[in-house]
Amino acid sequence: MDKDALMPYVGVITEITRETPDVKTFRVLGKDGKKLFIHEPGQCAMLSAPGYGEAMISITSSPTEDYMEFSIKNAGKLTGWLHSVEVGQQVAVRGPYGKSFPVDTDLKGKDLLFIAGGIGLAPLHSVINYCRAKRSDYGKIKIVYGSRSANDLVDYKELQEWANEPSMDVNLTIDRPQEGWDGNVGFVPTYVKELNPELSYTVIICGPPIMIKFTLQGLKELGFKDTQVYTTMEMRMKCGVGKCGRCNIGDKYVCKDGPVFRFDELGELPNEY
Amino acid sequence: MQSEIIKRTVELFNSEEIVRAIGWRKGDFDYDLNPSIFKSSEDLEKNFVYNDFSSANLSKFLIKISQKEDGKTLVFLKSCDTYSFNSLLQEHRISRDKIYIIGVPCEENLDPSKIKAALGEDVLSMSCDGETVTVETLDGTKTISKSEVILDRCLACKSRKHVVYDELFGEEGEVLDSKRFDQVEILENMKPEERYSFWRTELSRCIGCNACRDICPACTCEKCVFDNRDSGVENKVATNDFEENMFHIIRAFHVAGRCTDCGECSRVCPEDIPLHLLNRKFIKDINEFYGNYQAGDDIETLAPLTRFDAVDVEPSIVKTRENVK
Amino acid sequence: MLTLNASQLDEFFALIEKKRELYLPVENKTGKSEYKRWVEGDKYSTALRTVKSAKNFFFAKSENLYDLKMDHKNVEVIDTREDIKEFVIFGVRGCDVKSFDILDNVYLQDPVDTYYKNRRDHGLVISMACSKPATTCFCALFDIDATSPNGDIQAWNVEDKFYFNPLTEKGDAFVEEFKECFTDEDSKPVEKQKEETLNIIERLPFVNLNMEGFGVEDKLKAIFDRPEWEDLSSTCIGCGTCTYVCPTCQCFDIKDFNVGDGSIKRFRCWDSCMYSDFTQMAAANPRLTQTARFRQRFMHKLVYYPIKNEGIYGCVGCGRCLVSCPVQMNIVKVIKAMGDN
Repeated sequence: MDKDALMPYVGVITEITRETPDVKTFRVLGKDGKKLFIHEPGQCAMLSAPGYGEAMISITSSPTEDYMEFSIKNAGKLTGWLHSVEVGQQVAVRGPYGKSFPVDTDLKGKDLLFIAGGIGLAPLHSVINYCRAKRSDYGKIKIVYGSRSANDLVDYKELQEWANEPSMDVNLTIDRPQEGWDGNVGFVPTYVKELNPELSYTVIICGPPIMIKFTLQGLKELGFKDTQVYTTMEMRMKCGVGKCGRCNIGDKYVCKDGPVFRFDELGELPNEY
Repeated sequence: MQSEIIKRTVELFNSEEIVRAIGWRKGDFDYDLNPSIFKSSEDLEKNFVYNDFSSANLSKFLIKISQKEDGKTLVFLKSCDTYSFNSLLQEHRISRDKIYIIGVPCEENLDPSKIKAALGEDVLSMSCDGETVTVETLDGTKTISKSEVILDRCLACKSRKHVVYDELFGEEGEVLDSKRFDQVEILENMKPEERYSFWRTELSRCIGCNACRDICPACTCEKCVFDNRDSGVENKVATNDFEENMFHIIRAFHVAGRCTDCGECSRVCPEDIPLHLLNRKFIKDINEFYGNYQAGDDIETLAPLTRFDAVDVEPSIVKTRENVK
Repeated sequence: MLTLNASQLDEFFALIEKKRELYLPVENKTGKSEYKRWVEGDKYSTALRTVKSAKNFFFAKSENLYDLKMDHKNVEVIDTREDIKEFVIFGVRGCDVKSFDILDNVYLQDPVDTYYKNRRDHGLVISMACSKPATTCFCALFDIDATSPNGDIQAWNVEDKFYFNPLTEKGDAFVEEFKECFTDEDSKPVEKQKEETLNIIERLPFVNLNMEGFGVEDKLKAIFDRPEWEDLSSTCIGCGTCTYVCPTCQCFDIKDFNVGDGSIKRFRCWDSCMYSDFTQMAAANPRLTQTARFRQRFMHKLVYYPIKNEGIYGCVGCGRCLVSCPVQMNIVKVIKAMGDN
């Protein structure tokens, strides 16, 4: 019998990095030291452990790397367990799932504006590094990233790396003033409006629903169109293969038709996301 | 009766005594009445039905509705439903001052599936003149004696008395000597293995739909243990015999001393599992251990399992029954 | 047409059982009928419908996907799939046969569900034409001909005779294998029964409901936003009866079960979009009200599924929800309220 799509591979956690008080990044490789599978930026994988169930997690690393990484917030049964394990722990992984960001088609040659809030940076991380690796394929790259506090900014080290690159414009913000923070203070939607990005940008946004809602409103006021904005909704998935029915919104299944959607596509769906 | 009830309810709507009514809504047949909210007298006049198939106990729907701030809700309660109402009141699940009760008289309700089983599935309409049920089918008019098609729970009716109401249609009834524990006795008199096999046969049909729980006026927890994702027993289909048994046994324990024996669990079970017998066994035991107690009889008496008397049966004393072998 | 006398039916069953597993509707102690594995003495029930549909044969109520073991830091995934014995389902009504097509569109689409396909490949469906449809039946609304059901072999029961007509290669092979059981007779009685039954079906109350507006993309949001959803769902108790008796409801959950000896069974089981936790995620739930959940179930059958599947509705008109819903709400009432009937 063929391997079923629901049946996972076994991967090994080879590196764990603490990003914030409740986010860690896990590097996962096959037992042979190679990547478990090839993915595209924006795709997800189902991680699981015996007795802890499964959770759909976006793949944080760029496909151009020779490893696979997941930045995971401690939020539930499985993610809580993951936060308690050490390097060398094996996990079950199946995937990749979903449509990727159209990095090799619609986004190619474009100016890209990445907007993220909190753990929402994780799925964009893969795209950003992919574009970085193929830098000449894209126009300007601007990143706006916000979190509750400086300690909650995921992947701070890499953010610095990005900021140090002349061809990338990184803008960080935190919700409230904090000692030792000399960057911007304020919510992401307000900050985006202040930055007043040119309309040449194609926007890729991910974060809490409320942040997305208000940022989108602001972008529209600036003259951006729904067809210029992409987001990802991987949280809704369960089986990952378009069958279990959880992620169904309208005639779409997030796991097969998404998780990456352009806002004009979302606009055609019932307001259940 | 229906037209009198409608007339009075319209008056209450018009005098602004009530802002909505919960009753039985006309369906596609006489027997598929949907418990429903009527927001206007026009809607009620057009679509309200009270007939031999108005079986649904409307009291539980009041939990959600009586939280609304905008005025009184009228509810129609049959005698057995009034016990559920009192229980909900006693447990502070509903607000009495937000509700206007019209007690409706109840003869026995009829069981559409018994009628269909006897006369065929091609039924267009059913009506009863007190003795005889007349059924229009695609194959012509057929009749059957009412006594053959009475809803099971009504065959063991415990009371025609409305224990709570604001006004009552018809005459006040009485508490009946229902012989409702006879069936429990049959089970008690079985050998343990016979009884186990009886319940296995019954519960093996359970499809895990939770209809019994969700319809039950005593099951009012905001979060049921079987909905708790971390409990490992949440509301999905049972995966083995043990889970089939466990759900129903735990549920019977949870409503013990609170179940009024309204019979909704068995009435709505798509697999006709006689679930009420589990609850009735508890009622019988409670009666024997702590003296006769009818949940919902009034709102003052504390339920036997929520109070303690020095003469109470001790958990360490297992009562023995002589006829158990 | 191939025929078999009713008196020879049990012999026929015994013969099938010798080579395969045989399942058929049998009356249970409540007088209703349900599918069960045939054993000597079981009588085929001619009841119009079984309480549960036949979907369980292919989309199992609950099934183990694989086993997992954790030993210190090591994780093992154990494939527990087994070869299934060939089986026969006898007496499936046209509506339930059609439901298999609806499930196929989900489970056999890429990536193919091997658990489902395995059973589909090993199962042979002998359908049974209806001759006494109920007033709660409305398969004709979805272009299903109950007098000529699909399946590997279609069958009719006219008086004390059964007639068989193979429709697929699998069906041909089966009748060839069991050819000593059948005689060849004139099919006139079948034609006569079909005609009579079609006459009844025409007079059923729900076979001509107005389906306008359903199943088309440009009406999706309009139907979704209809105010009727609130009243229709106002007394929905959020149980899963409709979902579990429905032949086309196809949602499942995946969970871990700790056997206790260090091994974990990762199984899937039927789930219901009517349940409050169906769309519960770690931090949010996009369908917080019973109205939203109720709407999802009917939107899926009447709008979303057909948009995705070339106009085929996700309902076969079997009428089970009309009979089983504890509050007597059902898809017919929804269609009537929404379809401007």
